[in-house]
This record gives sequence, structure tokens and C-alpha cells, in this order.
Amino acid sequence: MTADPKGVLTGVHFLDGDHAACEGALAAGCRFVAGYPITPSTEVVERFAQRIPMVGGLFIQMEDELAASIAIQGAAWGGRKVMTVTSGPGLSLMMEHLGLAAITETPCVFIDVQRGGPSTGLPTLPAQADMMQVKWGSHGDYEIIALCPDSPQECFDLTIRAFNLAEQWRVPVFLMMDEVVGHMTERVVIPAAEDIEITDRRWTDKAPGTYRPFDVGPDGIPDMVKAGQGHRIHVTGLTHDERGWPAMNPRQQDKLVRRLTGKIRDNADVLTDIREENCEDADVIVVSYGITSRVATAAIQQARDQGLKVGHARLVVTWPFPATRIAQLASRCKAMVVPELNLGQMVHEVSRAVAGRVPVRLVDHAGGTVHDPQVILDRILEAAR
Amino acid sequence: MSGTTNDDLDLSHLPPMDNPVMPYLRKERIPHIWCPGCGIGTTVNCFTRALDEAAQDLDRLAIVSGIGCTGRVAGYLNLDSFHTTHGRAIPFATGLKLANPDLNVVVYSGDGDLFAIGGNHFLHAARRNMDLMVVCVNNFTYGMTGGQVAPTTPLGASQTTMPYGNFENPASLPFLADAAGATYVARWTVFHVRQLTRCFKDALGRKGFRFIEILAPCPTLFLRRNRLGDGVDMVRQYKERSVVRNGADTKEVGLGLAGEIVVGTFVERERPTWLDAMNDHLGKVLGDRYQRYGG
Amino acid sequence: MARTEIRIGGLGGQGVILSGIILGKAASIFDGKHATLIQAFGPEARGSACSAQVTIADDPVAYPYVRNPDVLVVMSPDAYKQFVPSLKPGGMLLYEEELVTPTDLPDGVKAYGIPATRIAEELGRRLVLNIVMVGFFAGVTGVVSSEAAEKALLASVPKGTESLNLGAFRRGYEHGRRLVGGD
Repeated sequence: MTADPKGVLTGVHFLDGDHAACEGALAAGCRFVAGYPITPSTEVVERFAQRIPMVGGLFIQMEDELAASIAIQGAAWGGRKVMTVTSGPGLSLMMEHLGLAAITETPCVFIDVQRGGPSTGLPTLPAQADMMQVKWGSHGDYEIIALCPDSPQECFDLTIRAFNLAEQWRVPVFLMMDEVVGHMTERVVIPAAEDIEITDRRWTDKAPGTYRPFDVGPDGIPDMVKAGQGHRIHVTGLTHDERGWPAMNPRQQDKLVRRLTGKIRDNADVLTDIREENCEDADVIVVSYGITSRVATAAIQQARDQGLKVGHARLVVTWPFPATRIAQLASRCKAMVVPELNLGQMVHEVSRAVAGRVPVRLVDHAGGTVHDPQVILDRILEAAR
Repeated sequence: MSGTTNDDLDLSHLPPMDNPVMPYLRKERIPHIWCPGCGIGTTVNCFTRALDEAAQDLDRLAIVSGIGCTGRVAGYLNLDSFHTTHGRAIPFATGLKLANPDLNVVVYSGDGDLFAIGGNHFLHAARRNMDLMVVCVNNFTYGMTGGQVAPTTPLGASQTTMPYGNFENPASLPFLADAAGATYVARWTVFHVRQLTRCFKDALGRKGFRFIEILAPCPTLFLRRNRLGDGVDMVRQYKERSVVRNGADTKEVGLGLAGEIVVGTFVERERPTWLDAMNDHLGKVLGDRYQRYGG
Repeated sequence: MARTEIRIGGLGGQGVILSGIILGKAASIFDGKHATLIQAFGPEARGSACSAQVTIADDPVAYPYVRNPDVLVVMSPDAYKQFVPSLKPGGMLLYEEELVTPTDLPDGVKAYGIPATRIAEELGRRLVLNIVMVGFFAGVTGVVSSEAAEKALLASVPKGTESLNLGAFRRGYEHGRRLVGGD
């Protein structure tokens, strides 16, 4: 299906990433946002609060991020497409409900505009240091999908994709922005509604009495209903069976948790989205994501100007980690360089995928600004030796 | 009584009789997890009778619980039911209600869940006048985790994490609900089954943030530890200590280990719900541009 | 490939960010180029230092920050002091000449001043000082076309203020053209 034109601000705009992400959510059909103000993400919900009364839907500012991150899940089971928006300290509070969304397979989108941490850290300055938190921060085994935009245009495009993936896979999907992308203003092209593909919820066609909320077909993903349709569903954060009823035994735990994680892990290759440039004959491949990709692009250009064969693999989808493709790339280059605005997070995933085939060099940064391209260039030059 | 016969009373011509609450329960999930003498089941019994009497459309009713013994209520009722995280039933219910305003949404949980970990959510949902009916079974303790001190534990009562007796001031739940702006506030005990059933029925038919506190015995973890007898002894105490005082000033309804238990309907007031307020306000400010929200 | 890095500095409340938005919009929407605007965020609201970084290029902008601007536009003495050391050798300074006195100007810098506040006051609203500066920028540098800048301006200012702002832009633009010997 295609987008509801009511939410689509078709045209050419000059928007920052926060505003563009909001427009992406509206275009994707998001009609319920619960949030709590936190820099540098607040502009997303401010715009939503301003726009939604004319589109049809609502925004509610909750009392904290715990409330926001579960209110959206109530709204999802009420039939809406939903989102919440936050930054580091708020994300820490949302970890509880990340787990709830994972175990109840509630489609929902979280936008995290990353800032420097730990704790209150650097409220107005960038980092990419929540990458591991979204993957591992809630207790237990679970899987998510995470997307990393590097421009306001991608904040728009990938927010739509985040909603589509949440509906398709029934997992929480994260848009991992950062302060620079969030506050950077560029041209954003919003297409006509009929040119925006939207994934509808996997509504069941079963009648009340025959539907079981966690029955799955071959793809391992259950169909959904909403409250009020007569299905009398039970949804619980406890380990549950196909009826949704608590079933707290090792056999059911094994079955459920393997399915919840397997539906993403087994499809990591399907979900992979790497933008590759000049990787075919590269001696050094820079693996990057988010805003750091653009800084890396500047460094790579300088390296290529010096005659070095340097490729660029930009991860648009960071979770699930595209291990297969990274391993393939590692088999044909001599070294990999991973710049990120943290002291080493995704580099561990790269190293794991590369499995010793070639050296992997981290270009770390504690956050607060982006890398100096020269620092990345120096590391590329070292790696090329 | 099963196993006995009565020659004068032949019931064989009647269809086999089920417990009248059974149609409201997920039979396959019975037996429940609650201890003998626990008061939670009694409250559920009253709730289902109220559903029956209120002729509530069950497909339009959703129940949301948090975590704890009372948190299991959602799982036993044959309704759209959501068993959420600890303390967060109210914000989940807020999202559910706002997403689908045609639903009558009931939050059914315990005192620790709603007033310790979830206290802030309670406060704000009441302040906003979110259109929810919130039922709190207050057993003065954390039952599921083994009898720790709760925000409702009376002064002097012993609990595993207050082994020398509780010295913390307990919260008076009706007073909190009243102060935060609830439109309907009532308290009953599991002794008052008729009044409680009527109260449920009344509250189901109203709008706004409605709060019902029900005092219930926890024989295993509160009564035994404090040498208060068993469930029946406690219900007897409820009978003896309770005074019905409708419209009582909620400042005056605090509870102790001994003394008067004031019960009744304390607050009935009219306020626009959050959703009505939003629709009215945005309609006024934005005029025709506003897409009115609702079911 | 042409790439111009611009820093606009002034005080909070002077409309520094709006100037950047108009330039970025003009270049990226109406001139068919690429533009990236970065605004310095801080806890400050009004009256404190405020700056916008705009990169305008024929190709997509990779590295988004402006470290050594080709053009520095300043509307306050503090902004001048703060940013002039970062000006690229041989770069260009555009300044509000009644507020800023360029001293210790680096060698090779071309400096152009405009009494933007006075012009704005003559137009009846001191507030349009920033728009005079935008016009001045377009007139002196030609990095954005006046047609594109006017369209971007009209798309960015509040309804009812269009003719005032357009007048401010044109005064600044003409002043700039005169200084560089244009028509």
C-alpha cells in the first residue's frame, strides 16, 4: 500500500534531521507519539505536536520515558502505528520497555538522537555511543533492527523504513540518529504520497475464537489484532505460549526466545543494507555509519587523491549486524578502518565478522564533535602500509 | 455440597450449573495462583458480577495489569487483557485508551505496583483525567516477592524488609487520588461484596479517572507474619472496624493496624477527560483545520 | 568543484540562524546546488554568541562543519573577535560596519562593510538587519543568486513581512554590488 496523503508534506524542503524524521513518521502513517522532552531529540516531538492535529492522530507528553515507551505499546495494541523519541538518558529508562516490545512482538519505532554520555554527559553535542545499548541494554535475549541515517534526507527516508520494518518483523526498530544529523539542515525531498510504499500491519484474517495471538507460519512472525475486535487476546511480558498465556518452563522459554531472536538473526542477510563505494579493488575499506560516514568520506577522498585504493562501506542497517557481507569484503581487502564516535562499539562486531582475515583498526572518539578527517586519514594511511 | 444428596430437593431436571462468574474467566487457566484466604479472588468475583449486571459489552472492555499477585488478574479474565511491566499498567492503558477511545479500559493491579514503582504514573493519569478505571487491591504488602514493606504497610507492621516493624508513614490512597484530581474515589473491603459489586458497576458506567481501593487480606505474607490470624479473621475485622462514610473527607481516611476503616464513595466530580479536553481545545483554537480525534 | 564555506556570527536574537537558513535554502532548493547548515547549539537563548555554519557546494557536502570559512559574516564585535582567526587565508570578511571595527585583519583578507543597522532602521525595522546582511552577502559574493535568495527569503519570513524583508534584502544586495563594482 502507499502512504495516506494526509500525513505527507510533499515538496522540496530545507529541514534539519529532527524535523525530517518527524515528517518521515507522519508519512509512514504514525498517528500516535508519546514522548518526553530531551535534548537533542525534542524537535521531533515538537514538530509532531504541532502537525498532528491537522493530520488526525495525537501526541501526548508523558511523565517520563518509562511511561512514553510503554504508552506507545498500549497504543500499538489499540491499533495505531506508534513511535517514541529520546536521547541517551531517556533511552536508558526505556530499556525496560524495549524488552516488553521484543517479547510481546509489538511493532514500534524508537528514535534515539545520540549525545555524549555516560549519564547527562553532553546534552547538546554528538556521540554514537548508544549502539551497543540498544542491542544489549534490556535484559534477556532479544533482537532489534537499527538504522543509521547520515543526512536529514535519510532521517526522512529511514524513518519510513523503520515503520515498515517494525510492521513486517514485529520488532522494535531504532532510528539511531546523532546530534549532528538531528540538528543539521539540508534539502529534503518528500515524494508524493503515492510514491511512498507503506507496510500495513500483519492483520489476521482469522475469526474470533480461531485466532491465537502468537501462532506463527513459516516465517516465524505472528499476525496481529487490536483490542476491541472480540478476539479476547492475552498479551504478557511473561514467557508465553501461542495463546499468549504464561508458560514458564524451559521448553517454552527455549521455543519462544529462539523464535524471537531467530526471526531477525536468520534474516540478517535479507536485512543487510550497506552502501559500498570503491570496495571492489580496495586495499583499505573504511566501515562507517551515521554522521561519521560523511567525515570518513572526506578522509577517503583525500586518501584517494594520494593514489590509495580506499573503499567505503557505510552501514545503513547496523542491527542485525551484516556479518556475512563484512566477511566477504574482508576477504578481498588488506585492512579495515572503523571510525565511530565512541571508544569502540561496532568495531567489535566488525572484528568478529572479519575473524582475523585482515587487521581492523578503530578510530575512536569520545564524542562532543565529529572526527577531524585528518585523524581518519592518518589511520587509513597506516592501514595501507 | 458435593457428595451429599437431598431427597427433598431434586435438581436433576435443571441444566448442570456452572459458577456464574465462569463465563468471564479463562476456564483453562484455572486453578489460579492465589493462596487460600487471599482476597484478590473475591474482588474478581465482584468485578465479574458487576460486568454481568452492567451488561458491559465484553468485546469493548480491556483490562491492563502490572506485576504482582493482583497483576495476574488480567490473565484470568476472558477479555482483551494485557499483563505489562512492573508499575507501568497505567501508561500502557493510557496508550491503549487513546489509540482506541471506544474501549472501556480498566487497570487492575496491586498497591506496590500502582503506588510505589508506578506512583508517578498514577499521579499524572489522575491529573490529566485520563479516562481509565483503576482498581487497586491493597493487601499492604508485596505478596509475589515474599512479603516486603509496601507504600501502604501500616506503621508498626513487620515485613521481611522491615523486620523490626515498619517505621515509614504509609500512603493514604484515596487522599492521593483525590488530591491528584480523580473524578471518582471509593474504598471497600472484601467483606463488602455487594457494595463493591455496585461500586464496580457504577464506576464502569462513568467517565474520567476513577479509582477504587479494595482492602484485601494476604494471609500468607502479611497476616501470619503480624499474627493477625487467617483470611477469615481479617474479613471479620473488616466487618467490625469498617464504617461507611460516603463523601468522607479523604484527609480523614488513613489506615492503621487497628482502628476505624472508613469505606464508601468519597469523591464524585465532573471534569473533562484528557481526550475531551484535547478535542474541545484544539477544535476551538484550530477551527476547521483540526481533525477531531476519536473512535 | 566549487565549495564555499561560510560562517555567520552575531548575537542571539539578531537572526543569525535565519540568515543561514535563507542562504542554505537559496542554494540547495532554488540554485540547484548542495547546502548544509549547522547551527551552534547551547543553553543560551538571547543576547549571547550565536553562529551558523553554511557550506554551499556543487557536489554533495560530506564533512558538514565549517572550520576555516571562505566567507565570514559578522554582526557583532564578539563574533568578529571569536571567528576572525579561523578565516581562511585570502578569505572574505563581510561585516556590519557600525557594530564591528575590523582590526588586526589577517593578510590577504578582503573586507567589505555595510551599515546594515542604519539601513534596517531606515526601512523602519531594526530587526531586518540580518536580511540586509543576507542581501549584502549575495551582492558581494554571488555564491547564491539574487533570484534564489529572494525566493528563499519569501519562503522563510513570516506572512505580512514579505515586502519589508524584500526591501531589506535588495538594499543590502545593491550595496554589495556597488562595493565590488557590479551594476
